[in-house]
Amino acid sequence: MKITFPHMGNMQIAIKALFKELKIETIPPPPVSQRTLELGVKYSPEFACLPLKVNVGNFIEALELGADTIIMAGGWGPCRFGYYAQIERDILNDLGFTFDMVILEAPESRITDLLNQLRLIGEKVSLWQMGKAVNFAWHKLKAVDYWEKCYERYLGPALDKQAVNDLYSRGLQQIDEADCKREVTRRLQKLETEIEQIPRHNKPVLNIGLVGEVYTILEPGTNYNIIRQLGELNVIISRSIYMSDWVNDHLLKGKLIKSNHQHIINCAEPYLNHWVGGHGQETIGYAVDFARQKYDGLIQIGPLTCMPEIVAQSILGKVSTEQGIPCMTMYFDEHSGSAGINTRLEAFIDMLNRKQCQQLMSEGGF
Amino acid sequence: MDFYLGVDIGSVSSNFVLMGSQGEIYKKVYLRTEGNPVRAISTGYSILKKDLTQNQQIKGVGTTGSGRLLAAVMLGADVVKNEITAHAVAASNLYPEVRTIIEIGGQDSKLILLKHGIVHDFAMNTVCAAGTGSFLDQQAARLGVPIEQFGDKALDSSGPVRIAGRCGVFAESDMIHKQQMGYPLEDIVMGSCEALARNYLNNVGKGKKIEEPLVFQGGVAANRGIRKAFEKILGMQVMVPEHHDVMGAIGAAYLAGEVIVHNRQITNFKGDDFVLQGKFSSVSRECNGCANMCEVVCIRRDGEALAYWGDRCKKWENSLQPSSRKTAGEILAI
Repeated sequence: MKITFPHMGNMQIAIKALFKELKIETIPPPPVSQRTLELGVKYSPEFACLPLKVNVGNFIEALELGADTIIMAGGWGPCRFGYYAQIERDILNDLGFTFDMVILEAPESRITDLLNQLRLIGEKVSLWQMGKAVNFAWHKLKAVDYWEKCYERYLGPALDKQAVNDLYSRGLQQIDEADCKREVTRRLQKLETEIEQIPRHNKPVLNIGLVGEVYTILEPGTNYNIIRQLGELNVIISRSIYMSDWVNDHLLKGKLIKSNHQHIINCAEPYLNHWVGGHGQETIGYAVDFARQKYDGLIQIGPLTCMPEIVAQSILGKVSTEQGIPCMTMYFDEHSGSAGINTRLEAFIDMLNRKQCQQLMSEGGF
Repeated sequence: MDFYLGVDIGSVSSNFVLMGSQGEIYKKVYLRTEGNPVRAISTGYSILKKDLTQNQQIKGVGTTGSGRLLAAVMLGADVVKNEITAHAVAASNLYPEVRTIIEIGGQDSKLILLKHGIVHDFAMNTVCAAGTGSFLDQQAARLGVPIEQFGDKALDSSGPVRIAGRCGVFAESDMIHKQQMGYPLEDIVMGSCEALARNYLNNVGKGKKIEEPLVFQGGVAANRGIRKAFEKILGMQVMVPEHHDVMGAIGAAYLAGEVIVHNRQITNFKGDDFVLQGKFSSVSRECNGCANMCEVVCIRRDGEALAYWGDRCKKWENSLQPSSRKTAGEILAI
């Protein structure tokens, strides 16, 4: 059995670790590229949102490399994501591929249900072994999240952006290659000291919160690497979602770690009091939360036609005025020119910088 | 006498201005980019340059527009800025009290809201070009009205017809339908102007608070029909500056002046020989270094590579010698 899965940021590091512990071979799809997108666009319904197209591209490329089992997450609610796996299976079947598809659904009651779902994939694996594998994968997932946070914090203030970018990719590779929990932690600590030592510039640095649809936030291949682009414009980014949060809230129903999810939902009041599918309510909640923490600005991103984000977008204007935080919304779709994205980001950052300057001057800072 | 050169390379037009140190416009050039920005930049510069005498010098260069990086490399820019900032700077120098700027260009339309002379909020059209100049261009060509006369034709209308402005394709079929119903041309033209204005306010404006004084600029501001449509829909006075078509370039020139004077800096301007003697070319090819297969663009002058962009890993950008190296990041950081 050769397992593959869709890409979502650096999630593959944890998934590979999980299946390696279970002694199951994995064939990760090649990184999201122009070809991935072309394949996805060619074989997906035209009106589907971008993540589905990227998934389909990922699967085709992985099946071409010899994968025979696809693992995909399920979902529920008004967001189309819940129906992705079924649609993808039909598309691939119609294309003549033979494969098995395992859809991981969030357990209604106990965490052991999910472990059992996973156990069905492997053969002769005890529940204990399963638990150990999940534990290791979870550790890697948290390590990757931590490393991503370091990157987002240090790229903006760094003098030599290339050095941070190089260290970041090297770090991911090191975490990927580590073979036990202790080794992961050791490497991560070393990486953090290294990234702290990269010289910084003394130009103004902005703090921006990135909110919106989970896949677009996590997968740089669908957001034109917005985090790197912002970092190179001297911005420190805080994301509303990290992979471990998504796994915890979406697949494990918040059972693994205590999350701040309830706090965020409370923040969304009174702007959006109902769950609207996807992360619409979270987008509003985080917007308010970031505003209260005195962030300089907010960027909302999502795939074009994303319903939950459209709902959130129409409310963000009010949040922006009442909480006093500038917001910009960007939708991504198949679009090869990055000029429009650069211009919007640059203009937004420019606006925030000039505002900050004016504020400092009026406070007598100069 | 000293001049600042402002260059705005857009999707449809390429604009150049020579501005004196007091903000007076000495000369302006408005060209169609025609899909060849490299040619547009050298042609534009040579036209602008023609009447300059020996002791009239260019003290600073600013570039903006979607081709700003290209122009920066070919001319040697002191400042490279996005269109939003450039347009806002130009308008607020001309009208210090301005609160709202409506800018409609070839493929982009923007709404810029200012407070105390700085950008407070802005919006750009997201995915559809229905409310922009390209659409008008296309419709003018289809109706056989030269684009320069399109707006005046609209003013002849006594009762504009209702055209759906939600989508360029629907608008076109609506217009064809109205033509076949026998409505007079000027009413259809005015109807399309109103459709464009409504589409702009819905699509770009999206409920943002539009306040007076309001300035309308960009290539489309030449169209008096659109101006009238905005006045009618908003119930406000719409001001169109004299050099509305080159406001981006004016803003870039102002910003160049600001940088040069403020930092007491000598311009990076490459000079006549570099711009006019050399043969510039841009080559694009797919990089096969990894699965990303980025489309890498190389700008060459007489075969020598000046700049690369488009590669996500920056392998090509960084491949140039450090002395001549100009990465997109560095250019933007000026």
